[in-house]
Amino acid sequence: MIEIKNLWKEYDDTVVLEHLNTQVQEGEFITLVGASGCGKSTFLNMLLGTEVATRGELLLDGKPIRNEPDADRGIVFQQYSVFPHMTVLENVIATRGFQQRGWSGYLLGKKYQQAKQDALALLEQVGLSHALGKYPHELSGGMRQRLAIAQALLGKPRILLLDEPFGALDPGIRADMHQLVLQLWREHKLTVFMVTHDLNEGFYLGTRLWVFDKIRQDPHAPQAYGATITYDLPVGEMDSSTLEKIQDDIGTLAPERTETL
Amino acid sequence: MKRLINAAPSGRLQVFLGLLPFALLLLIYLAGSEARLELNPNDKLLPSLTQMGDALQRLAFEPSRRTGEYLFWQDTLSSLQRLGMGIAIAASLGLALGMITGALPFASAGLSPLLTVLSLVPPLALLPVLFIVFGLGEVAKVALIAIGITPMIAREIQRRTLEIPREQLVKAQTLGANTAQTMTRVLLPQLLPKLIDAVRLSMGAGWLFLISAEAIASTDGLGYRIFLVRRYMSMDVILPYVAWITLLAFVMDFMLRQLNRRLFPWHQ
Repeated sequence: MIEIKNLWKEYDDTVVLEHLNTQVQEGEFITLVGASGCGKSTFLNMLLGTEVATRGELLLDGKPIRNEPDADRGIVFQQYSVFPHMTVLENVIATRGFQQRGWSGYLLGKKYQQAKQDALALLEQVGLSHALGKYPHELSGGMRQRLAIAQALLGKPRILLLDEPFGALDPGIRADMHQLVLQLWREHKLTVFMVTHDLNEGFYLGTRLWVFDKIRQDPHAPQAYGATITYDLPVGEMDSSTLEKIQDDIGTLAPERTETL
Repeated sequence: MKRLINAAPSGRLQVFLGLLPFALLLLIYLAGSEARLELNPNDKLLPSLTQMGDALQRLAFEPSRRTGEYLFWQDTLSSLQRLGMGIAIAASLGLALGMITGALPFASAGLSPLLTVLSLVPPLALLPVLFIVFGLGEVAKVALIAIGITPMIAREIQRRTLEIPREQLVKAQTLGANTAQTMTRVLLPQLLPKLIDAVRLSMGAGWLFLISAEAIASTDGLGYRIFLVRRYMSMDVILPYVAWITLLAFVMDFMLRQLNRRLFPWHQ
């Protein structure tokens, strides 16, 4: 479904990503890990359409991916993903409103009732039925992310992008969220890209793990070379020695987890 | 003993400390007034409370001998109408301009420099121009208030629009929203409470422009009255009028704050 051909991303004379070549099939769940500033979020933004590649091609179904966000690609950010002025239910219903034409996106009558039914079903699925009338600032971090996911799913995206969605959550809640995401991925037959700081998360979630790292290093000009995908592993067929080896390679991953809280 | 920077008054003490300066000022005034009136019962500078009460009674509850109107209420009504219209125009224009320039880079490129320059023009310096163009009637006064406040509100709303996290706009687009939908559903509702805040902040300037315009060319209004009676040194009218204007300003501010809280419970 997605083809990446010799993709480069540079800002002025800083190379962020270099020489990316890979393919992604429909229905894969890919986890992107790497040290801070290695370009994994930049790559996600290119998939999203908010950043454009400097060189190379990023193809969706054989055509260059659109260079602005659209309904093909859903997104959940670490924060600010939901609309603070709408209640939980309104947040999800708004998705349906945005899908119709017109300038306001307000739904009326039958359409509204239908959207409400769908939204209620989805909110039930993510476990937010008890909080329909609450505003986002009254929710916990985990509930807000559940809402953001429900909202994205009602839009029926083909690709779901998750940008460190659970980075700010407690470990216990994070485990619940993993279950939820896996379940939704199977039920909705999505293609998922998830950026994470947490290597363990990448190791046990999804079907495929990408590690972003720099192959070439110039100690006098650290910005001269960019990162690329150094490991592309099928999840589930690896043993713990591989995990340790990657951990050694990208070094700083483990301590970073704690500072996001 | 706590450090001064950590010591805070308890609830009751706080109220007492807040009222204290008001009481002191009143006391000083009354003492001064009494002393002067004792020397010269016809002194006009520091009228007693009774004299101010009499003046107010005359203006508010007795029809004017010349026109048959109750001047105090007529003045209040005229002034509030001008202020209300001026602010309503400024708020609508300011919201539209601010939101468009904040949300659309092309609109910002075209309008932001103009807005910056316009906001630097002192509105009172334009008052003669307004009188020449619109005549001495209501339009010029309302226009002064609107022209004076619109750039303030527009720039404030523009700033607030830019403060809304980019993530929300991207999110709306990934849900299928077009530009108009993003603006009406994501930006506009979040800007309305900011607009009320902006209006509250610009009320002071609004009163300033109103009173200036009324002082120069008017036949009624609160500002007109105090500048009119200045000729007779009627402090017994001026002081109650100033107090009344202050009270009106306070009530309007309070009402806008309540409105914000009622309408937008999600807004802290």
